[in-house]
Amino acid sequence: MAQPQMRRAIESGVPDNKQYLHPLLAKNYGNWKYHDRPRPGVLHHVSHSGDEVWTVRAGTQRQMDIHTIRKLCDIGDQLAEGHVRFTIRSNIEYMVSSADKVGPLVAALEANGFPVGGTGNSISMIAHTQGWLHCDIPATDASGAVKALMDELIEDFRHEEMPNRVRLSTSCCEINCGGQADLAVIIQHTKPPKINHDLVANICERPSVVARCPVAAIRPAMVNGKPSLEIDESKCMCCGACYPPCPPMQINDPEHSKLAIWVGGKNANARGKPTFMKMVASGLPNNPPRWPEVSAMVKNILYTYKADARPWERMADWIERIGWPRFFEKTGLPFTKYLIDDWRGSRANLNASTHIRF
Amino acid sequence: MAKKLHDTPNLDQLESGPWPSFVTGIKRLAQNNDMAVDLLGQLETSYRTRKGYWKGGTVGVYGYGGGIIPRFTELKDDNGEPIYKDAAEFHTLRVMPPPGMHYTTDVLRKMCDIWEKHGSGLIALHGQSGDIMFQGATTDNVQKAFDEINEMGFDLGGAGPAVRTSMSCVGSARCEQSCFDEAKAHRAVVNTFLDDMHRPSLPYKFKFKFSGCPNDCMNSIQRSDMAVIGTWRDNIRTDEVLAKKWFVKHGQDELVNDIVARCPTRTFQLKQIKDVRKGEHISSVAVNDTHAIEIDNKDCVRCMHCINVMTGALAPGKDKGATILMGGKRTLKIGDLMGTVVVPFMKLETDEDMEKLVDLGQRTIDFFAENALEHERTGEMIERIGLANFLEAMELEVDPNMVASPRMNPYVRTDGWDEEVAKINARKQSATTQGE
Repeated sequence: MAQPQMRRAIESGVPDNKQYLHPLLAKNYGNWKYHDRPRPGVLHHVSHSGDEVWTVRAGTQRQMDIHTIRKLCDIGDQLAEGHVRFTIRSNIEYMVSSADKVGPLVAALEANGFPVGGTGNSISMIAHTQGWLHCDIPATDASGAVKALMDELIEDFRHEEMPNRVRLSTSCCEINCGGQADLAVIIQHTKPPKINHDLVANICERPSVVARCPVAAIRPAMVNGKPSLEIDESKCMCCGACYPPCPPMQINDPEHSKLAIWVGGKNANARGKPTFMKMVASGLPNNPPRWPEVSAMVKNILYTYKADARPWERMADWIERIGWPRFFEKTGLPFTKYLIDDWRGSRANLNASTHIRF
Repeated sequence: MAKKLHDTPNLDQLESGPWPSFVTGIKRLAQNNDMAVDLLGQLETSYRTRKGYWKGGTVGVYGYGGGIIPRFTELKDDNGEPIYKDAAEFHTLRVMPPPGMHYTTDVLRKMCDIWEKHGSGLIALHGQSGDIMFQGATTDNVQKAFDEINEMGFDLGGAGPAVRTSMSCVGSARCEQSCFDEAKAHRAVVNTFLDDMHRPSLPYKFKFKFSGCPNDCMNSIQRSDMAVIGTWRDNIRTDEVLAKKWFVKHGQDELVNDIVARCPTRTFQLKQIKDVRKGEHISSVAVNDTHAIEIDNKDCVRCMHCINVMTGALAPGKDKGATILMGGKRTLKIGDLMGTVVVPFMKLETDEDMEKLVDLGQRTIDFFAENALEHERTGEMIERIGLANFLEAMELEVDPNMVASPRMNPYVRTDGWDEEVAKINARKQSATTQGE
C-alpha cells in the first residue's frame, strides 16, 4: 500500500535572531556602554556610538490567547517600532528610538491592562509551570495561583521599592520546574502514593520505577496475584518521583498535597556566590481558585523583607545578615523539626559554631 | 460561534483583579472555538476536585521523535467517552525561540494565524525551558501546524531524554555587561545537536544555557547541565564622567555602604586620590576632586556587584570570554546540584573559539551518552564518578578554580602524585617556552 507523501521537516534549529532585532539593537550589537532607568518599567540604553534606545517592559499572563498577542502587536505597531522581545519571566519589551514614544506607549499598555514595570528593584512576574492547564502530573494549578498572587503584588511590580530585585516562582510538583527563586511556592506531598495494583503491570516498567526512588523504598511485589510494586512507607518521603514513570502510583491528593514556601535562592554571582533556596514553611492548603493562605504567607515574608533589608540585599543576603532565628522571629513563622535537613550533605546545613545571635 | 460555555464559577474568580487574566483570554477564544470551551470545562473540573486530568501518550511529527507534548483527557463518563470531547486531545508543540527571544510583530502575527487555524489559539511565551509553547492541538493537526511553523523558519525543541531547548539572555543585543556573543554561541552549540534533540536517545535530558555575564540572568548555573557564563580576565574598565555623575546623585554613604561594604573580597576601596596605588592590575577612577575608587583586579572575583550599582562608571574588561560550568540541576534524584567550574576561562570571539566550545559540548554529550545511568543527569554522573575522573575523560586540565577548597579527608590513593607533578611542570615549561 502506498504511503501518503509526508513533508520532511527542515531541521533548521534555533533561528537567527538578527532578522528580528530592532535596527538600533542590530547596529549597536556588542557595543553598549551603560543604561539607566528613567522610570520603573523603562530602560534607557546608551551605546558607545552615542545611539540611545528606550525599552518599555510590561507584564503578561504568559499563557496568552492569540487576541492578547495581536493586541500587544497592535500596540507595538501603532506606538512602538514593531520590534519586541520577551524576558525569561514572560514580560514583553518594546524597543523604541526616541524618548517621546515612551509616555504614549506606557499609557497604551496600562490602558489595555498590561502593567508596566518589572525593572530594577521590583517584584517581577512569577516564573511558573503548566499545572492543571496542561501538565500530566500536577498537584495544583500554576497560572491561577500566579494570577492571584500578582493581583496582590502588582504595585511592587509597577514600582521599584524593594531592597533589590525579587524573583518568584511556583511549581505544581516537587520537580520544581518553576526553578530557584528568592521565594518559591512548591507542592509538598505528605502521604505516600496510592497504588492501583490492577494497572501497574501493564503501564509501568517496574525496574526503572524502583530505580527512580531516591530512598530505595519501592520494591517489586506480587499483589493479589498480579505483578506490582510496593512501598516501604516508613522510608517513603513522599517526593513523587515514582509517579511520572508510573501513573498508577498516584501521589497527588486534593487534601494531603500541601504547598511549601522556600526562600533565598539566587543565581546571580553578585556579592555572594549563587545559593539554593531553603524551605521555611509547609502545610499550606491547596485552595483554588485563589489560594489565599499562600498569598498571605508570601506577602508576609516579602513585606518583612522589604521593611527590614538594606539596599541591594537580596532575600538571601538579608537572611545572611540577620540570621535564620531572626528570620523566623520577624516573619512569625514556626521553625519545626521538618526544617532540619537530613538529606545527603546535610551536616553542612547545621550550625557547627557558637555563632548565635541573642 | 462556538458551543455554549460551561459554568465556571471557580475560574470566573480569576477574571477580576488588575493582573492580566489567562481565563479571560481563554474565554475570548471560546467565543468561536469549541476546544477552548471544553478546555475551560476540564480546567474548572480540576479547580473543583483539585485533581489533574491529562495523560501523556505518543504523538509526533514525521521524522522527529520529540518536541511534541501529547495530552489526552482522562475525564471520561461511564461509557469511557470524554466528558469534554473537544479538548480530549490537547497536544503542545515546543518550538525554539530565537536567542534573546526577539521578534517582530509580523512574525508573532504569523504564529497567531497558524495557531488560529490549526490549534486552540493558546500560546505560552515562553515555557520554563524557553520554548514557545503552542498549546492545544488535536493529533491530526499537530503535523499541519508544525509544517507551517517550520516553513516560517522555526523548528521544534526538545522533550524527553534529549538535548533540550536552550535560552540565552538579551546580551550583546542590548546589554553593556555582555562578555560574548550569546546568540552566536547559542546557535553554534544547539544547532550542532539537533539530532540529539529531535531523536531522543540520551540517558536523560541535557540542557545548555548561555548568560552573558556573572549576573546569569538565564539562571544557567542552577538549571543547565552545561552553563556558559560570560566573564573577563583583564581589569574592570572605568569612566570618570559617569563615576562623578553617579557620586553626585548617590553620595559617599551609598558608595561605602552599598559597594565597599558589599564587595565579597574587599578589593573595592575608597581612597584619597593621592593614596591610590598604580600598577598593572589596579583599576581606579575619581569620584570627586579628593576621592577615588581603587580596585585590585587580582583580588576581584568578577561578581558584578559594583558594576551593577555603578553601571557605565564601571564596566567589564576587554579581554572577555566565558567560564564553563557543568552539572546544574534541581532535586530529583540525589538533590539539588549547582553547576561547577570545568573551564575557568575560554575566549569566545573567533569561529575557532566557537568550535572549541561546540567540541566541549560534543565530548560532554558523548561521554554522558556512554556513561550515565538511565535517568541520571550529568551532575549526578559527575558526582558518582568524581570530578577528577570526568576531567580526565574530557581531557580538561585540573585547576584550583574548580574547587571551593581542596580535599578535606585522606580517603584517596595518591601513589601517582609524582607523575602528576611532573605533568604539571612539563605543561608549565611548555607554556613558558611558547611565550604564553
